[in-house]
Amino acid sequence: MMGAIGLALRSLRQRRVAAVLTVITIALSVWLLLGVERLRQDARSSFASTVSGTDLIVGARSGPVNLLLYSVFHLGDATNNVSWQSYKEIAALPEVRWTVPISLGDSHRGFRVMGTTAEFFQRYRYGSDHELVFAQGHVFGDLYDAVIGAQVARQLNYHVGQSLVIAHGFGGMRQMLHADKPFRVAGVLAPTGTPVDASVIVSLQAIEAIHVDWQSGMRLPGQAVSADQARGMDLTPTSITAFLVGLNSRLSSFAVQRAVNEYTQEPLQAILPGVALSQLWGLVGAAEGALRAISAMVVLVGLCGMLTALLTTLNERRREMAILRAVGASARTVFLLLVLEAGLLAMAGIVLGVVLMYITLFVLHGFLAAQLGLNLGLGFPGANEWLLIAAVIAAALFAGCLPAWIAYRRSLADGLQVHL
Amino acid sequence: MIPWGDAMLLSCLDLRFGWDESDVIALSRFEVARGERVFVCGPSGSGKSTLLSLLAGISVPREGHIRVEDTVLSSLPAATRDRFRADHIGYIFQQFNLLPYLGVLDNVLLSCAFSPRREQRAGGHVTARLEAIRLLAALGLDETALHKRRVTELSVGQQQRVAAARALIGSPELIIADEPTSALDTDARDVFLRLLLAECERASSSLVFVSHDMALARHFDRVVKLGARTMQREPA
Repeated sequence: MMGAIGLALRSLRQRRVAAVLTVITIALSVWLLLGVERLRQDARSSFASTVSGTDLIVGARSGPVNLLLYSVFHLGDATNNVSWQSYKEIAALPEVRWTVPISLGDSHRGFRVMGTTAEFFQRYRYGSDHELVFAQGHVFGDLYDAVIGAQVARQLNYHVGQSLVIAHGFGGMRQMLHADKPFRVAGVLAPTGTPVDASVIVSLQAIEAIHVDWQSGMRLPGQAVSADQARGMDLTPTSITAFLVGLNSRLSSFAVQRAVNEYTQEPLQAILPGVALSQLWGLVGAAEGALRAISAMVVLVGLCGMLTALLTTLNERRREMAILRAVGASARTVFLLLVLEAGLLAMAGIVLGVVLMYITLFVLHGFLAAQLGLNLGLGFPGANEWLLIAAVIAAALFAGCLPAWIAYRRSLADGLQVHL
Repeated sequence: MIPWGDAMLLSCLDLRFGWDESDVIALSRFEVARGERVFVCGPSGSGKSTLLSLLAGISVPREGHIRVEDTVLSSLPAATRDRFRADHIGYIFQQFNLLPYLGVLDNVLLSCAFSPRREQRAGGHVTARLEAIRLLAALGLDETALHKRRVTELSVGQQQRVAAARALIGSPELIIADEPTSALDTDARDVFLRLLLAECERASSSLVFVSHDMALARHFDRVVKLGARTMQREPA
């Protein structure tokens, strides 16, 4: 007719309002737990692939995380520059397939300005080999063209054709403007979820052009060069901030890295972006532990709710236990039934929670990708998530042992007599 | 060697049982023959309930022996006694006999769920359902009650009939009834008892029937009066 599971299911159905509420509580907590886990993993992998397809980043010698911070995340400042001469020499190494120079130091209304070459747009990759895509316009053609990231466009409400003026340096009270050489927005990039979104990108020559009449951070008095005059000048930079390197073979990464680190003309360093990114995540990832702890606590609260629901009905179910004992159920069967009920409630909660999570992911997927460039995976639960699910079931079964133990002790004491 | 009577389905010898030092029950000899109908009465506190839970194998005596069929219940571990109860004993409570979350038929078939032997004796998995329906009809449960989805909608009398059917299905050797008629009015009580006795006879089950109601005693083969720490036997 029915096994213990059938009995447990029917008994739960008898108390369906409490059961449904318990399942919803568990579902919401599981939803949060798995949601946080997925967000965490995707944020981490999206962070770890802020720069992909680049084999090495080369800059002045400081520290791997520092170089990564200023060259990729545009945080802090370079301690030193790389001379154009050194750049050319390293770029000419036989193992090197391509290089993209980066020159930083200026800003526009709080956003960093990055000088580079048009090759940047072909070579820069993020995520799982995503290319930069233009939402509007195109790569800079004219000397005074700029390409802006999605966040810049959104916050400043800029479109193609907007003119902008670059400020010397970053922030500070005494901001000095390169007002004599205004730029025009030539292209707007689609969101990437990387620091590119918050960048204004111009050509290396443009960076050079706005600084021809400057020295040591000051405009040279009486030597003003007009925007058009600058066009006629030699705009080869003398130094850059850092450069991205692509190799012919990944296998030569360490050899080239060593060559750069041992470069005698100038103290330089080369870093593997993946390694430096995971080092950096180790620093910023402390919050993820807190987030996980909170969601685990929420699951505990959910299970406590279940425990309450099971414990409060225990008294009115003494009759039920006596009847089961009379037809031959052992006290152990009574124990098993109650643990089973806890397990079934948890399973139902988990299934509902997982469904909720996928619905949420499905709904938010487009929004997050468009607004933050965060690509939440819609894939099946990974090993980590299965582990969490198993942990929730184990915790629920463990929690179920408490009412089960009480019922067990009681049914031994009551036997067939229940005085209600 | 314990001098068991061979014709006896159930024999108790020198039973002593109590929760603390004092005995709740002390029985020198209590026997039930195969197919016998025994009426057990006695004042409150005379140990009727205790005797029933000893017979059902829920508890074991501090001293003495209980044998049902060829099995010495009092020397078995708890789990084996539970299995024995499922296989050989049908139990009817005073009232509230039914699991509220099971339908009428499933309540009857609950005995078979815990005992493959009784399911077998009821004719196997499929036939057991038919046997349950037959029993319910024989015990006077009408068609409309049978089809009620919730047993809580049944009257007390109807519930006791379902409980009796559950005790009887699979023809266990021993039926134990703990004041099953005390919640019924006189007419319902007589009808219920008559049908219960008829089905016990049909199944060749012995019946141990506890009641305060001496008016029922005449339906039984024998009356056993329990007194404080003593037991008298007299023919009915």
